[in-house]
Amino acid sequence: MKIIKGTFASLLALLFMGANLFAEPAIVFDIGGKFDKSFNESAWNGAEKWKSETGGSYREIEIQSEAQREQALRRLAEGGSNPIVMTGFAFGSVLDNVAPDFPDTNFAIIDFVVDQPNVKSIVFKEHEGSYLVGLIAGMTTASNTVGFVGGMDIPLIRRFGCGYVQGVKAANPDINVIQNMTGNDPSAWNDPVKGGELTKAQIASGADVVYHAAGGTGVGVLQAAADAGILGIGVDANQNHLHPGSVLTSMLKRVDVAVYNSFSEGMDLNTTIVVLGLKEDGVGYALDENNQALISAEVLEMVEATKASIINGDTVVHDYTTDDSCPAS
Amino acid sequence: MDYLTIIQILDSMLRLSAPLIFACLAGLFSERSGIFDIGLEGKMLASAFFSAAVAAATGSVWLGLMAGLTASMILAAIHGFASITFQGNQLISGVAINFLASGMTALIGQNWFRLGGRTPSLSGDGRFLPIEFPFAESIGKIPFLGPIYSELLSGHTILVYVALLTVPFTWWLLFKTRFGLRLRAVGENPEAVDTGGVSVSFLRYRAVLICGLLCGLGGAYLATGMAAGFIRDMTAGKGFIALAALIFAKWRPAYALYACLLFGFLEAIAIRYQNITIEGVGTIPVQFMQALPYILTIVILAGLVGKAIPPKAGGEPYVKER
Repeated sequence: MKIIKGTFASLLALLFMGANLFAEPAIVFDIGGKFDKSFNESAWNGAEKWKSETGGSYREIEIQSEAQREQALRRLAEGGSNPIVMTGFAFGSVLDNVAPDFPDTNFAIIDFVVDQPNVKSIVFKEHEGSYLVGLIAGMTTASNTVGFVGGMDIPLIRRFGCGYVQGVKAANPDINVIQNMTGNDPSAWNDPVKGGELTKAQIASGADVVYHAAGGTGVGVLQAAADAGILGIGVDANQNHLHPGSVLTSMLKRVDVAVYNSFSEGMDLNTTIVVLGLKEDGVGYALDENNQALISAEVLEMVEATKASIINGDTVVHDYTTDDSCPAS
Repeated sequence: MDYLTIIQILDSMLRLSAPLIFACLAGLFSERSGIFDIGLEGKMLASAFFSAAVAAATGSVWLGLMAGLTASMILAAIHGFASITFQGNQLISGVAINFLASGMTALIGQNWFRLGGRTPSLSGDGRFLPIEFPFAESIGKIPFLGPIYSELLSGHTILVYVALLTVPFTWWLLFKTRFGLRLRAVGENPEAVDTGGVSVSFLRYRAVLICGLLCGLGGAYLATGMAAGFIRDMTAGKGFIALAALIFAKWRPAYALYACLLFGFLEAIAIRYQNITIEGVGTIPVQFMQALPYILTIVILAGLVGKAIPPKAGGEPYVKER
């Protein structure tokens, strides 16, 4: 099934590619799809912003299976797209193979570092943003139990979880944090039913704030939280509007800015490693009319103070991926 | 593991089993009449999509349910048309139904809502909400038996109760009515039924349509009861697990219920206990817990179930002698 779909998609792609020889930027979305209301959608928003501001056009591919990763990159590169942006760590190893074959094409990868001369690697300090939303969760919980639902079980997502736990414990070291991962393969990014069940299980164990870092799966997490009358915390994009009043805040990861900047740099893509943290406004927390009533002035003050302290280096948030372990749990 | 946790796991088990029960009984009707159906998955998927899409468009979950049932029964009728009227290969027709549903739902969904194949999130009257039993709160305070009533039995969507009630109804229909006797006979020995002056085709069509109806209920439950909206390929193999449960149950309604509850239970355990530490053995990794339902399926089918004898005329198109 998937194979047939894949072949067909790449044939179509081939047809379109041949016709266009101008260097347009291109973007490849990961398996969650560009409307996951989260990571990929944020990337898409960045691309759309670039399009409406510059009047340019870009190509896009939403891959459907693992096998299409390399295919998609090669097709776009052969078709003359430049630069080619891809969203997601899972492109890492593939890009490492593809990039040397197209030395004149610039690539940008989000969430992974690929050490090639024509690749721009954009990574975020998710632990810093997660620390802040963890702090908010820790100061908000009444049951002294909060939850975390991750997508695929990879170090990147552990980094979200670890930062969150540190933030929660900073608010109150006695708070219990329940952590669950949805699965071990990319389908874990798109399984709202399972996300909902995990959330219900956490709620049954007493959690009254649940943070997700699970892409499309998170739609089910926030839904279950809203249904049960507890608070969810969104991720990547601002998800406060999904269930107004039931989403405490969202951990913003400005994938849209990363894509927008890469598209704007165009052919002169700055092929280095870019690390975006609180300082660079690459991560943060969302505050808008949907969650204003949920966050008290006291909490806000504390969070802003902590944010300033992380930025000037007084508070150091441990990064899970540096040593594959978390000091707090 | 305390008492309340056990109740919560069983509660989760009921939610997760309901779509399996619908699909398994759907397969039971079809296969008992001699029509193998591996298109359960596709019919559920089509129903999940159309129920969510119509519920999203009209705001009424009941209209959505009707649309889902209609879509599923149309696919069932196509399967019947191919395998009864045209005496085609039932497996191939079933595979075709699965392909059709998987591609069609994504395509129509993308054109309709422009959300990459998913439907908008349903809210309010657009989805089935949990039903709280009367006095659930006060009865829940009774020690031991209270939580069984308030936590386990109360608080599911109506389709979960429908799924559980369908089991005794299926048993009654198949084993206590004339229609049921004929339906079972047509799956074992269609010649005898034909000789008795009963139309084999008509009986089989009715069985296949009942199969479509039940698959439709299962699919609608997935999209409008369990989740709040459709996503691409959301049935995720449930139709095939239901087929395994059907073989495990040796094509009997009560055993089908037990088999589906077992699969639901394993899934609930895997969701809740991602890392189980057993004294002296060490920690069982999460990967093993998630694979457990599938490992057990193989073990059960390969050894424990004993000899599962399918209906004798299953898979064979009936050709009248000339």
